[in-house]
Amino acid sequence: MNIDRREFFKLTGIGSVIFVTAVGSLGNLANAASSEKDDFFFVQLSDTHWGFTGPAVNPDSAGTLKKAIAAVNGLKNQPDFIMFTGDLTQTTDDETERRKRLSEFREIVSQLKVKNVRFMPGEHDAGLDDGKAFKEFFGKTHYSFDYKEVHFIVLDNVSDPSSSIGEAQLQWLGADLKRLGKDARIVVFTHRPLFDLMPDWDWHTRDGAKAVELLMSYPNVTVFYGHIHQEHHYKTGHIAHHAAKGLMYPLPAPGSVPKKQPISWDAAMPYKGLGFRSINAEVKKITYVITEFSVKGERL
Amino acid sequence: MKPAKYIAPILIISILFCVVIPCFIDHYALADEKEQVIQITAKRFEYSPNNITVKKGVPVILEFISLDRLHGFSCPALGIRSDIFPDKKTRLRFIPDKVGAYPFHCDNFCGSGHEGMTGTITVKE
Repeated sequence: MNIDRREFFKLTGIGSVIFVTAVGSLGNLANAASSEKDDFFFVQLSDTHWGFTGPAVNPDSAGTLKKAIAAVNGLKNQPDFIMFTGDLTQTTDDETERRKRLSEFREIVSQLKVKNVRFMPGEHDAGLDDGKAFKEFFGKTHYSFDYKEVHFIVLDNVSDPSSSIGEAQLQWLGADLKRLGKDARIVVFTHRPLFDLMPDWDWHTRDGAKAVELLMSYPNVTVFYGHIHQEHHYKTGHIAHHAAKGLMYPLPAPGSVPKKQPISWDAAMPYKGLGFRSINAEVKKITYVITEFSVKGERL
Repeated sequence: MKPAKYIAPILIISILFCVVIPCFIDHYALADEKEQVIQITAKRFEYSPNNITVKKGVPVILEFISLDRLHGFSCPALGIRSDIFPDKKTRLRFIPDKVGAYPFHCDNFCGSGHEGMTGTITVKE
């Protein structure tokens, strides 16, 4: 992959890129030139569910993650960092098995060329033990970091089995935000959606509105999340929320079927509905350009 | 006999038959329909029963207990939810106000079958 400026313009013509802009617009692209040195891109992978078995929905459950890792390694330009937005492993009641899966997952992703890799849990990783095993392998379940001019916040809405962020973490979020100027560029990573996408399917965060309220007074906020195993875009006020595809099985569109269940494997189109994405952060314009990729790294 | 003098009694009797007595009948009919108490057990990854039928306008008490671990009960369409604890009954009272079939699900993550832990409340006239 090449996210240089020329390629960027070329992509806009074929509609394979989604522009996410907090204050800018597509019209600004023509004027973009002065701040390329500050631009960067990262890759989001999500819902790898290592340890899942179910040939009807993914007969290559042991190979899909490895293919995606190879595809990321095969990108022409390597990302500045890589973010895994939860459900790294398939849940299990067996604590030993949980650690085995986390260990195997860590070993597989250690093959990534890029070493700046960040993780957060999904409910499958952390919902049964309050994130205990996850922390042993990957550290904190919520944290923030800065990269170039963007402040990244990782929120944990899964360790509490009630899909809540919790008052303590909300206070931490409030304190973290207070350090920032109102014009700060903020990207939030969560596993579950912070808004009520589909509460009947458990696609929400019980106290997500409180986090959104805290973020609302900052004009440049964008949220990237996982959990729903499909691309999805939504706005709460000025805050854009972008769900990523998963890397084990796709799920149906919200409310499209009476009962949520994984979409069956399509032998005619293997890996259909699975993939990862790159996000090109154009810092000065506060624009994020999302490009979707298949498991094998083909641009979609 | 002047017909006019019968108008008032006839009117009173008519009102009694048409308005007051039906109200009493309605009142006593509702009084007979006591709260519907439904006991629901939860365990991974099912509710028993998982199909519940209730009557519109009649108060319902759902009485939950878990046989293993913390579960949840959430029916967003009816705006009701409760935690379900092991070894401790939880009661949830509501008055169904609309006819239809409304799904409910466990909203406390409970393991590999969590996403299939669902049921339906059917509200009938």
